[in-house]
Amino acid sequence: MWNYTDKVKEHFFNPKNSGVLDSANAVGEVGSITCGDALRLMLKVDPDTQIILDAKFQTFGCGSAIASSSALTEMIIGKTVDEALVLTNRDIAEYLGGLPPEKMHCSVMGAEALRAAIANYKGEEWVDDHEEGELICKCFGIDAAMIERAVTVNGLTSLEEVTHYTKAGGSCQTCHEKIEEVLEAVMAKTGALKPAAKHTPGTVGLDAIKPLPAKPEPAAAPKLTNVQRMQAIMGAIEEMRPQIQRDGGDVELVDIDGKDIYVRLTGACSGCSQSAGTMMGVQMKLVEALGEFVRVKPASLMPAHAG
Amino acid sequence: MTIPNVTIPNRGVYLDNNATTRVDPDVLAEMLPLFTEHFGNPSSMHAFGAAVGGKIEWARKQVQALLGAAHDSEIIFTSGGTESDNTAILSIIEAYPKKREIVTSVVEHPAVLALCDYLEKKRDYKIHRIPVDNKGNLDIDAYRAALSDQVAIVSIMWANNETGTIFPIEELAQMAKAVGAVFHTDAVQAVGKIPMKLADSAVDMLSLSGHKLHAPKGIGALYVKRGLRFRPMLRGGHQERSRRAGTENAPAIVGLGAAAHLALTHMGEENTRVKAQRDRLEQAILAAVPACFVTGNPDHRLPNTCNIAFEFIEGEAILLLLNEQGIAASSGSACTSGSLEPSHVMRAMGVPYTAAHGATRFSLSRDTTDAEIDHVIAVVPGIIAKLRSLSPYWQQDVAKPKEFAPVYS
Repeated sequence: MWNYTDKVKEHFFNPKNSGVLDSANAVGEVGSITCGDALRLMLKVDPDTQIILDAKFQTFGCGSAIASSSALTEMIIGKTVDEALVLTNRDIAEYLGGLPPEKMHCSVMGAEALRAAIANYKGEEWVDDHEEGELICKCFGIDAAMIERAVTVNGLTSLEEVTHYTKAGGSCQTCHEKIEEVLEAVMAKTGALKPAAKHTPGTVGLDAIKPLPAKPEPAAAPKLTNVQRMQAIMGAIEEMRPQIQRDGGDVELVDIDGKDIYVRLTGACSGCSQSAGTMMGVQMKLVEALGEFVRVKPASLMPAHAG
Repeated sequence: MTIPNVTIPNRGVYLDNNATTRVDPDVLAEMLPLFTEHFGNPSSMHAFGAAVGGKIEWARKQVQALLGAAHDSEIIFTSGGTESDNTAILSIIEAYPKKREIVTSVVEHPAVLALCDYLEKKRDYKIHRIPVDNKGNLDIDAYRAALSDQVAIVSIMWANNETGTIFPIEELAQMAKAVGAVFHTDAVQAVGKIPMKLADSAVDMLSLSGHKLHAPKGIGALYVKRGLRFRPMLRGGHQERSRRAGTENAPAIVGLGAAAHLALTHMGEENTRVKAQRDRLEQAILAAVPACFVTGNPDHRLPNTCNIAFEFIEGEAILLLLNEQGIAASSGSACTSGSLEPSHVMRAMGVPYTAAHGATRFSLSRDTTDAEIDHVIAVVPGIIAKLRSLSPYWQQDVAKPKEFAPVYS
């Protein structure tokens, strides 16, 4: 049984704005019956003010697909077309108080139907880039298609690299066998283990990032002064913040105690089931930036009489 | 459109007995002393152990009787259907290492299919997956063509868990024997519902699961015909004549024995009263709901199972609304499993996607009452109508789908 929030149940059992909107002047249809979900979104847009006066939906799909559709109509009625376009699938999921990772695609379908409807209103051709494969990493909601893309584009060859690039397998770690299967399949297809000599422009090749294996270790890594080290840590955390903020959270450096670095996760991160994964991500980033092993710990674990 | 307000039988209407069954109170009563006074280890050389050993042998005889096996030593207790299936296949390929092919069907339980996928990928076995027709009947010609002296083991289910469709096991077993292959059947859904006499059968191995026949979860058995070469999957002790090591799960074994005894007693009832209830439910739904049909082979199936595909709506939504009415059923829909594909059984039968997602299974048991069936009959049409009113594929006035061609495929 899925763990649906009360908000999801409310929108499933008593959907808002379901049915056909005869006066619609914008219609978006996405999904397919083979995928198991499909949505037709109908909008009535005022041509003078660009305000969405009314919205209705028809959905073939599971409980969360119907709830996402219902939520979407509630969220966009009264907004202008341009205001509505800012909505993302995360906004729909958040409006519903969250969706199980396997069900996030329902919110994606809602967001895509909205874009399709608005494109239809503006007379544009709308091309869908929605891809869907077997869900591999349930913690981060990463599917096989995304792992395949990451492996192909970046020439990844190991589980660890896949985790670094996609987060997949970085939290509960139970999907490692499946990730390795995807990895093997892609490598078999692309001629196995051939290093990605040329990568697509605009992407970062693995060769540019991974530690150079051939180069002998310098006699002694230039030792950072305490001030340099602190600046390096602050810089690395600053670099990570935009990514974490995109997920609705934030991270803040609290203290540095030798190898122990204390941070505080806030916003959507606090209490999030994936916060351990985020901490691990911060740790990997810092290890990379400093060239030494450090442990990242939550500020709540700071010794009471620090300093 | 509206769902009539009928009083829900207060314990809820449980029509998901192919998933699992309630432990029969008589079964539980037999089990309880094994937790308290008879807690000994049957391997021990004292009275505490001896009392338990006797109980286990009693249970073995009950299972023997249910299967119509020639000897009680042909029964090996396991942790359930999955372990029995895995043990059977792994045992035979180890015993016949030179034979590199396995024959199975496309509609097997994952306990067989996933293992075969693994053996194909990692150990280079050639797997023949025999297809089925649109009623779920096995393609006998394809089966015959796949059989050869290279086949180590054939593993074909007795009855399908989703549709209840029964395969002609005796015929299939004899064909396998003719080419020297071992024949295993996953009979998890069939045991207790179909009379069996394995003593006179060509079946070499059979898996059964306790919790499908009112015994607890975590107990099952594997039937291994006397004289068959066998290699244990678990090593580490002399239990089960060294064929399945590990201290016996004595309470559950005794529970399975008691359940097997009851199943034999109630087999007639399953095939008369329960079957009549199933037929009444099915006919009433088919009469009241447009655009739905029975999947599988209605003329040759388990007496308790009915799988109806409701077109143009999705199974999880159906289950959630049924649950609101206190009714437990199950679905072959993608969304209920967390995978994105609808049931492999529905796809194997070529059920169109428009219906496969709405396939809903009602599975009854001897606990099912007439009042419960009445309640389900009363609420199902309203639930289906409500969901269809939301569906872009459904046009209410005409019983056919609208033109609806969404962008991605």
